[in-house]
Amino acid sequence: MSDSLTNIYTPSRERAAELLNAIGPEKARHVLETMATIRAFEEKAEELYSLGKTHGTMHLSIGQEATATGASDAVRSGHDFLLNHHRGHGHCIAWGGEVNLMMAEFMGKETGYCRGRGGSMHIADVERNNLGANGIVAGGIPMSVGVGLSIKLRGSDQVCLVIFGDGAANTGPFHEALNMASIWDLPVIFLCENNQYAMSMSVPRAFNIEHISQRACAYGIPGVTVDGNDYLAVYDAISTAAQRAREGKGPTLVETITYRWRGHSRSDRQLYRTRDEVKEWQARDPILRFADQLRQAGFLSDDQLESLRQHANQYIDEALAFAEASPEPDVASIMEGVYVD
Amino acid sequence: MLTKTVSEAQEALTVRQLTYAEALREALRQAMQADPTVFLIGEDIGVYGGAFSVSAGLIDEFGSQRVIDTPISEATIAGACAGAALTGMHPVGEIQFMDFVTLSMEQLILQAAKLRFMFGGKASVPMVLRMPAGSGTGAAAQHSESLENLLVHIPGLKVVMPSNAYDAKGLLLSAIYDGNPVIFVEHKLLYKTTGHVPEEMYRLPLSQSNIARQGRDLTVVATSVMVPRTLEAAELLSEEGIELEVIDPRTLNPLDDAPIIESVVKTGRALVVHEAVGTGGYGGEVVARIVASKAFDYLEAPVRRLAGLDIPIPYNRNLEHHAVPQVENIIAEARKLVKNEY
Repeated sequence: MSDSLTNIYTPSRERAAELLNAIGPEKARHVLETMATIRAFEEKAEELYSLGKTHGTMHLSIGQEATATGASDAVRSGHDFLLNHHRGHGHCIAWGGEVNLMMAEFMGKETGYCRGRGGSMHIADVERNNLGANGIVAGGIPMSVGVGLSIKLRGSDQVCLVIFGDGAANTGPFHEALNMASIWDLPVIFLCENNQYAMSMSVPRAFNIEHISQRACAYGIPGVTVDGNDYLAVYDAISTAAQRAREGKGPTLVETITYRWRGHSRSDRQLYRTRDEVKEWQARDPILRFADQLRQAGFLSDDQLESLRQHANQYIDEALAFAEASPEPDVASIMEGVYVD
Repeated sequence: MLTKTVSEAQEALTVRQLTYAEALREALRQAMQADPTVFLIGEDIGVYGGAFSVSAGLIDEFGSQRVIDTPISEATIAGACAGAALTGMHPVGEIQFMDFVTLSMEQLILQAAKLRFMFGGKASVPMVLRMPAGSGTGAAAQHSESLENLLVHIPGLKVVMPSNAYDAKGLLLSAIYDGNPVIFVEHKLLYKTTGHVPEEMYRLPLSQSNIARQGRDLTVVATSVMVPRTLEAAELLSEEGIELEVIDPRTLNPLDDAPIIESVVKTGRALVVHEAVGTGGYGGEVVARIVASKAFDYLEAPVRRLAGLDIPIPYNRNLEHHAVPQVENIIAEARKLVKNEY
């Protein structure tokens, strides 16, 4: 895994201190709270599923919270655009999404982000320019080219952050889209969230290169691989990519090395990896790591940590109460939303 | 008689005539002049002017920022349209041959068509994807397909197939401003056909079937290039005293089937003609609408389809001719139905 790889960016002690000071203690604690909220949301989702309170499937990003928050915070969520993937709860929360509406969507309720039509895999927050999680691996990548073109043609200062997994980097549209974004210098940040497995297919079995970001050279754009469990590393790399995009210099491919603690989906018996491997990665918990960084910087006391954890759990309890009290969609409305009238 | 012919000739001189390709170009030009959110994207649409010259000259007027040549990347042409449309633009993409839309299918079927519904009606994808279909050019099996029914099958997409220059302009302008992803299927053999096209920026409503010819004996529902072929057949049959009523749906989905059903109530007989292969083709849908309607009680003969043979389009000129319905086939089929000789 990442230990055996070289050239993975993580900020130096000095750079980390510089970044943390720029972020400031209040914002930093808020980031930690967001990470804890993502974790709490997904643990609750898993529990609800186990209790038979939801149907369908879900894809949990537990262990990947630093990538979601670091990336969102490095752009202007709500102003800039986001396209993300099926393992997207964390991205939506980090982007400023409301957990009440997410939980309601997860439970298929009319009050959910997508009126219960999308579910876990298709949560979108269009008002905040979150153009949705996507059930098709690499499905959002070609659309990011269109969002980039739209930004350029409208002369706006926005950027488009498109997040996809390691599996997506082996699809044809990845090649088409990175090339097109590059030849037109589009303001797109391609974020490959490498969590080591495309379902059961491991990265070493699916790639014959050390880093997925090396593929950037084929498109004449910068590529960087960073420690995806380090909030500051992700934040720093995406900030650089965003600045380049806003300056009209074009896209960047950022790869974050992380790990999904849970199976691919509920059906996954995880026969393709060992418990030791999972434990090894659980020891690199991105939330505990960021909490340690804040403690060392003097930004976080034990009481504050406990308090923000409680807040996170409280948000999720409230979200569940909201979702459970919400109505189911009316069957009479089943045909709505297919076409613009 | 002589006076009438002269006045008709004079009228023809004063009425503005454009080719189907020119009509499409005029719609694109007028939309781009009127609205900065409209832009074109596709392969070789810039200096080359498009494989069938539809966008010829537009790059000179609007520049390469709005007439965007792409690499050979059909998935991302469709996806770029969807992404731009989601963020307030009105892209008009071109797929060089309809055959190549098979490479765009994921972005069309799983993204563009579904985003609005999947997001609870909170997003819209106002894009048009133009593409030339059809055989008759000697381009063989991979450049001659009529794949419209693959896309008719997808809720969320609209499928439009203009059969003449006037409709081409009016329907394209409607498609651009429809608010939904619209698949706009042109026919290669129609590009050079001419017709009256007003200069003004007129729109013809989508999902409005057109009665192209009135008649009492047989309703023929025809699409795209089969409309002029059926009209030609109708003129020849008229000399035998057989009067065809020809209906051009223009928008295949969502279909305005009321005029078709009313027509069959009147004629008691129906034939559907299209170039695409018969099995799983659009004709089945039209037939189903007819027999499931009140028109069933008025039927005096079986409802039949005349479609392309269930084969890829062959290269040989004679084989190609016989692979899809021609005027003579329409005449023969219509005669059989009217004379109860099926």
